[in-house]
Amino acid sequence: MSGIFSKAMARNIFYGGTVFFFLLFLALVYDTEQVLPTRDNREALTPEVIAGKKIWETRNCIGCHSLLGEGAYFAPELGNVYPRRGPEFIKAWMMSQPTGAPGRRQMPNFHLSDTELDNLVAFLKYTSGINTSNWPPNIEG
Amino acid sequence: MQYKSQAVAMPYFIAAIGLFVGQIIFGLIMGMQYVVGDFLFPEIPFNVARMVHTNLLIVWLLFGFMGAAYYMVPEESETELYSTKLAWILFWVFLAAGALTILGYLFVPYATLAEMTGNDLLATMGREFLEQPLPTKIGIVVVALAFLFNITMTVLKGRKTAISVVLLLGLWGLAIFFLFSFYNPHNLVRDKLYWWFVVHLWVEGVWELILAALLAFVLIKVTGVDREVIEKWLYVIITLALVTGIIGTGHHFFWIGTPEYWQWWGSIFSALEPVPFFAMTVFAFNMVNRRKREHPNKAAVLWALGTGVMAFLGAGVWGFLHTLAPVNYYTHGSQITAAHGHMAFYGAYVMVVITIISYAMPLLRGRAANSEKAQVLEMWSFWLMTIAMVFITLFLTAAGILQVWLQRVSDTPMSFMAAQDQVVLFYWMREWAGVVFFIGLLTYLASFFVKGETKAVAN
Ligand code: HEM
Ligand code: HEM
Ligand SMILES: [Fe+2]
Repeated sequence: MSGIFSKAMARNIFYGGTVFFFLLFLALVYDTEQVLPTRDNREALTPEVIAGKKIWETRNCIGCHSLLGEGAYFAPELGNVYPRRGPEFIKAWMMSQPTGAPGRRQMPNFHLSDTELDNLVAFLKYTSGINTSNWPPNIEG
Repeated sequence: MQYKSQAVAMPYFIAAIGLFVGQIIFGLIMGMQYVVGDFLFPEIPFNVARMVHTNLLIVWLLFGFMGAAYYMVPEESETELYSTKLAWILFWVFLAAGALTILGYLFVPYATLAEMTGNDLLATMGREFLEQPLPTKIGIVVVALAFLFNITMTVLKGRKTAISVVLLLGLWGLAIFFLFSFYNPHNLVRDKLYWWFVVHLWVEGVWELILAALLAFVLIKVTGVDREVIEKWLYVIITLALVTGIIGTGHHFFWIGTPEYWQWWGSIFSALEPVPFFAMTVFAFNMVNRRKREHPNKAAVLWALGTGVMAFLGAGVWGFLHTLAPVNYYTHGSQITAAHGHMAFYGAYVMVVITIISYAMPLLRGRAANSEKAQVLEMWSFWLMTIAMVFITLFLTAAGILQVWLQRVSDTPMSFMAAQDQVVLFYWMREWAGVVFFIGLLTYLASFFVKGETKAVAN
């Protein structure tokens, strides 16, 4: 980086490059929004699913679990727990926590009502219907 | 210290270090829960400890960035801060908001906290890293805007250097991208898509501007190399960072329902993201080799060089490791992710904040550098924390490789919990490395209290 390449040139390349690639990014995100209806399972977004998502959030499930591979890594992936375990298992599981098994990782009991449990399961069912390009590699998540 | 108002950086640095200690204590609690599952249950469930750990990290880094700005900008602009009083008020507001939020996490059930704080009006809580109640999120925005006003006014009334402009751009970007934390669509795919506008565009975007500006400032001061040279490097580095990092966001859009072309865009651009980090390493060593003076603060020089190396290892090497879509298909959301997250955050942002603290704190206390004895202790803390972090990363990587193998690659995949039981040895070793890290941190604290002969400020 000798005399020919000046600070002013470096600065101009910075501004030009940043603006260009930011606009390109926005264009890609715009295109993504156009494609999403065919992949994101939005037709399944019922009021129950929306209520279930809120239960998921207000119990901070993401603080232990991952969902579509994002979140914490302390407890199993739940993006595909609906096909892995089925609705009845999930509800029974939630109600029987914590196991209290000594030394084993513990999950709290959130004291959810029947409706709340149904909503949560609806949310997990909707999530499992998202087209994730075949992720995770197998049912264990 | 050349301007009186720079002194306001001091409380910010002290708060940053204090919260750092809290962060690590909760890290150790979680590390313990990884091996003794019911440790502190039900008093502190894992998810609560995790919120405290990660949110303290973000908050103390923000304290560090703000303190850095209050220290650097008057000196760069050659003028007193626009308002020292505002800086002091914001300090107490931010500290109180931060403390209340953490106490809320610890003592109020999260669902109750959500209800109490207006999550029903605008649901923003319960997403990783963005767990803060609505009033805290609004508080962050208000404090950030008032802080930016203060800093921007200072730059406007004084000398405008490349360093202060880049720092300002980074800080404005930080505030602007945080606004996406208020957007939480019901559609999970879109929720995740825009969540990354905060998380990725922070650490692999605008924060890199802050990182590079802090590093450039300290390097000018400790090496005496010509500002023209250093600022040219600065522009080159941040160009590389944003040109690769913005579209590199695509490495998070492989498996969350987004279109498959992101596997190409994300893999190719994020594979280039190590380049700016490598440039930073070369930059730091190059400038120190070409130094025109022997600065008495050797500890600060060590931290600056360490930032270059560890940011490249954590973000560059460990990021590259799992950023190509065919690899990420197996490693996504595993302990490999945790390994990378730790070394990247430590190597880049923790270390650069300690670099500026290490450089500025002695000056704020009226001396060019700390005593020889204090510096030796500080350098011990550098090695203890840095080597401990290398081992934390290696143990988590080992656990991650085994986890992926047993649970995802195998023809007869193990369940998540069964695979966890298989790698428990590595979790134990991570926890011990964590203890060493904590000892390093305590050593760092102790170095502030070591007396001895010091040189007066020469300038
Ligand atoms: C004593 C040292 C530490 C221990 C034992 C520790 C432990 C942990 C644990 C157990 C997790 C949760 C992983 C999971 O979700 O399952 C975590 C998350 C995290 N920690 Fe630490 N930690 C330590 C130090 C640090 C330091 C120094 C930093 C910052 C540089 C840091 C940054 C993070 C981040 C960013 C996450 C979230 C990672 C992700 O989402 O991938 N930790 N830590
Ligand atoms: C200092 C800069 C960086 C920091 C602080 C950082 C931190 C993190 C953290 C905390 C996560 C976990 C997010 C979550 O909880 O879901 C993550 C994920 C990821 N990072 Fe970075 N990172 C940095 C730079 C990079 C770079 C340069 C690359 C690529 C070369 C990279 C590649 C990745 C990938 C591929 C993931 C997703 C992992 C997965 O699929 O689970 N990172 N990063
Ligand atoms: Fe990223």
